[in-house]
Amino acid sequence: MIETRQLSKRYGELTAVDGITFKVEAGQVLGFLGPNGAGKSTTMKMIAGFLAPSAGSASVCGHDVVADALAAKRVMGYLPEGAPSYGEMTTRAFLHFVAEARGIRGAQRAQRVEDVIERLHLHNVLEQSIETLSKGFKRRVGLAQAIVHDPAVLILDEPTDGLDPNQKFEVRNLINAMAKDKTIIVSTHILEEVQAVCTRAIIIARGKILADATPAELEARSRYHQAVSLTTTNLAGAKDVLSRVADVAAVEYDTVTRRLTAIPKPGREIFAPISELLKSQGIAVNELQLESGRMDEVFRTITHGDLGEDLAEEARA
Amino acid sequence: MSNIYTVFKRELASYFATPVAYVFIVIFLLLAGAFTFYIGNFYERGQADLLPFFNFHPWLYLFLVPAVGMRLWSEERKSGTIELLLTLPITMWQAVVGKFFAAWAFIGIALALTFPVWITVNYLGSPDNGVIFASYLGSFLMAGAFLAIGSCISACTRNQVVAFILTVVVCFLFLLAGYPLVLNAISVVAPQGLVDAVSGLSFLTHFAAIAKGVIDVRDLIYFALTIAFWLYASAVVIDLKKAD
Repeated sequence: MIETRQLSKRYGELTAVDGITFKVEAGQVLGFLGPNGAGKSTTMKMIAGFLAPSAGSASVCGHDVVADALAAKRVMGYLPEGAPSYGEMTTRAFLHFVAEARGIRGAQRAQRVEDVIERLHLHNVLEQSIETLSKGFKRRVGLAQAIVHDPAVLILDEPTDGLDPNQKFEVRNLINAMAKDKTIIVSTHILEEVQAVCTRAIIIARGKILADATPAELEARSRYHQAVSLTTTNLAGAKDVLSRVADVAAVEYDTVTRRLTAIPKPGREIFAPISELLKSQGIAVNELQLESGRMDEVFRTITHGDLGEDLAEEARA
Repeated sequence: MSNIYTVFKRELASYFATPVAYVFIVIFLLLAGAFTFYIGNFYERGQADLLPFFNFHPWLYLFLVPAVGMRLWSEERKSGTIELLLTLPITMWQAVVGKFFAAWAFIGIALALTFPVWITVNYLGSPDNGVIFASYLGSFLMAGAFLAIGSCISACTRNQVVAFILTVVVCFLFLLAGYPLVLNAISVVAPQGLVDAVSGLSFLTHFAAIAKGVIDVRDLIYFALTIAFWLYASAVVIDLKKAD
């Protein structure tokens, strides 16, 4: 379990993190979303016990990260931003070092190290020095050191950054596999990742929490939530049909994807009427799709300017 | 204790995983030999002691020890591994002390490898081996003091070159603290009491005292306190500067 109360970090005049309060339970995967420089990494560094908060507090499994720092660090695995590791060490030596520093001794250490090597497919690079590894392998070594002691709490700062799509897929599977009994915080600026691994998402910008909801709830905030999009050869006919449905608020046409999108009035469902009307008018469509919402659009609205502030007010209320 | 050992082991192994260790040891041995035999006139003096050998140690250390110390923390900061190290369940002082001991042990290994000089002098004559032992001890302690300064300055910057140059300067001032170069400059602005205090801080005076073969507790305490002070300062600096 991770809990923060009014967690803040100031550097002189600059407030990097401004009164962040949240609680994550075991079994939850919290996605930390936000533009670059929003305060995601600083928040994670404070929870990991690397930076001391300027104000407020954080605790991990009941251990305060400042007053009871060692106990908090013991139950936590942390992948810092950029997955730093000692370049001159071999993968094996590095994992053994971290396991030893984490107090795992003897046969158990060998077994734990073997286990993470298996999970992250590091067999082929065990005797290679880390500085000679590719970016993807370096990231996986970083992940391996974070989970070598099977921690109850995992803090991963951009775990899939720099990985190719296959590796991203594997890392997400790994996170999902561990999610059942652990408390996990993942920071990312890849929106699809939130849908792929997170049970909950916090959007943060300028050091403040602007939204705290499940990925589905965030999508529901999109104006494209429950929107209907289609592709057709009979563009004029389809446009005409869409504009005749009462609950359609607007119709958009994307000239690149050649896709028509009908946006519903808030809270209304338009899929059934559109589908029926198209059929009765005999307009053939290649594809007809109900959208759940567009994460990138929600992200932009929340993190940009005034509208973001409004939503922040709403989130607090 | 086991945490210090874990950090120590990793750090010491890292010296030997790169060419740093071998370059350092070879250069150290070559220079120590050159100073002893050519500049120190080891043979010409015709005396069975290692004075010409140990006399040059402070000057050798002045450049070589900062080269070892400069990477202690600036490299951790530059590569970001400091974040990894300090989020492991080890305390700050365990990390500082473990890394320091590793670097010190490394210099100790280089120093121990000068043993052929000791064999030579024993082959040529019958020196007072007690004095030689004391000199080795004094030399090792002095290296530790240099290194502790290096640790602290290395914690101040992520640039190793800056760390090296500043460490050389600070070590130079400590080396010569008992000499007119430093004392005259201080006496212009400071009262006599402070001038005396500064003159007592000189590495050279304390090293010379031990190298004479007299292991005075005060000299040992002096080096121990110097090392402890600079290591404490290292921990403070790391804590203050780890955010940037």
